[in-house]
Amino acid sequence: MGWNDMQPLLVQATQETVWMVGLATLATVLVGLPLGLLLALTRRGGLLQNAGVNKLFGTVVNVGRSLPFVILIVAIIPFTRWVTGTTLGWQAATVPLAVGAIPFFARLVETAVADVDGGLVEAVQAMGGGTWAVVRKALLPEALPALVSALTTTVIALVGYSAMAGTVGGGGLGTLAINYGYMRFETTFMWVIAAELVVLVTLVQLVGEGLARGLDHKRPTTHRTFRRRVTPQISAAPKAAETPAREPELTGSVQR
Amino acid sequence: MITTSDLRKVYRAQGRPGSTTEIAALDGVDLHVRQGEVYGVVGTSGAGKSTLIRCVNLLERPTSGSVSVDGRELTALSPAELRATRRSIGMVFQHFNLLARRTVAENVELPLELTGLSRRERVAKARELLELVGLADKAKAYPAQLSGGQKQRVGIARALAGDPKVLLSDEATSALDPETTRSILQLLRDLNHQLGLTVLLITHEMDVIKSVCDSAALMRAGRVVESGTLHELLERPGSELARELFPLGEGEPLQGSTLLDITFQGEATAQPFISQLARTYNVDVSIIGAAVETLGGRQVGRMRVSLPGSFDENVVPIGYLREQGLQVEVAA
Repeated sequence: MGWNDMQPLLVQATQETVWMVGLATLATVLVGLPLGLLLALTRRGGLLQNAGVNKLFGTVVNVGRSLPFVILIVAIIPFTRWVTGTTLGWQAATVPLAVGAIPFFARLVETAVADVDGGLVEAVQAMGGGTWAVVRKALLPEALPALVSALTTTVIALVGYSAMAGTVGGGGLGTLAINYGYMRFETTFMWVIAAELVVLVTLVQLVGEGLARGLDHKRPTTHRTFRRRVTPQISAAPKAAETPAREPELTGSVQR
Repeated sequence: MITTSDLRKVYRAQGRPGSTTEIAALDGVDLHVRQGEVYGVVGTSGAGKSTLIRCVNLLERPTSGSVSVDGRELTALSPAELRATRRSIGMVFQHFNLLARRTVAENVELPLELTGLSRRERVAKARELLELVGLADKAKAYPAQLSGGQKQRVGIARALAGDPKVLLSDEATSALDPETTRSILQLLRDLNHQLGLTVLLITHEMDVIKSVCDSAALMRAGRVVESGTLHELLERPGSELARELFPLGEGEPLQGSTLLDITFQGEATAQPFISQLARTYNVDVSIIGAAVETLGGRQVGRMRVSLPGSFDENVVPIGYLREQGLQVEVAA
């Protein structure tokens, strides 16, 4: 199988992967950000301390995070069909991708928001700000670099998830790798796909890291040599992507 | 301006399972800060100073007792009223608490955003405030690019954004070096004069009290042990604060002598009372320790002297000193 045969397949599969990861990321931010914020605020010592609410949503998040992704895809098939009208193709894969990533991202958001110095919360309160003002003026803006890092981690995880969804008819690069690389023994093609995934993940990591660094004004200089925030996911994620048929370790603990 | 009455704050600490111990951080504090004065609360860490100042703007809710600021009873306000009232109470913090992702000017504008001022008004006000604290050239810098003293100036500018009548200072100089501390204290003093700002500050440094405060209170174990204007404190026999403010050292009393602590202020400082005493009563006066300071433009001094002979033999000279308007305490 030559490059001329591979190219059109690759282009289409890449577009599908980008679409499903993109849409799933959007949904993840829309739901995961408020959820993570709620978890941080209702924590013990939080602004809206509420053990009941925290426990309830905490449990939902924990259940979501402990389900293996392959099981999740199958388990929510009725929901997927209700949302997209189908259970095949990248459109269908978007639903479990979002559902799987939301609790993951929510936990990262919770940590990022809870890490904001309590003194800033107090400063805004002392100048007459209510809870909403604290969230809008202090918590979210100050946590932004950490939130961007969290999102980078989540997008990379989603690329890994998407490849896995591909093995059960989810479309995108994962399907391509299984159909050609595994079933037709086109080993070269499989390696090309794996290489593309590595490039994709590296790009996401670089962009995310650069963005987070640009937003962070905590350090006096932003010169490259002073870079401290080295995200460990860059080495872990491509490994998962190279072997799409195996389940990547996404539910484990992720350090920021 | 600020009055607290019988303020109590009790923390419940979880001890062993099932048992809770109660810790009273504030144990009935009555504080009275007059309009336009700089009032310092001093004490060791754990004395409850921080809890006290945080109770004044209700960042911490007192367990019981009342707080009133500018004639308004804060504990009785609704949450919305409380937020509105807090806008007229500025606060500066030990660790500055500036938002790292906002520039200096944007940090100062933050309280104005909360009050809903237009962008143009905010920018103008922020510039004016930064000029007031001497940081107009740093408006576009980020807090991480500033020194500690500069950060605290930004904190002060921010606290003043709402045109407060009261400024609360929570150990504002404790994270700064001595020289920067002096310049920040000078700024507070200037603001107190220029704007008629009432300042309540807490500190663990006696020097801060000595250099800027009109009045002081000493806290220990959640109680105010002693309070008053510095001049009152100096005149008060046996005042612990006066002793801490003007330490005379531990002079070893000479055998068979009487040790006197003499406090003098105002016109009394100009009188050559020691030589007069020596001449009139023909006694040998030994000076064991002395300190003279300027407090609010008035000279104040304390001196420890020893007179030969027992107290009974020195009743007359001591009476003479008291007649001169000096405050005399017999130490030993």
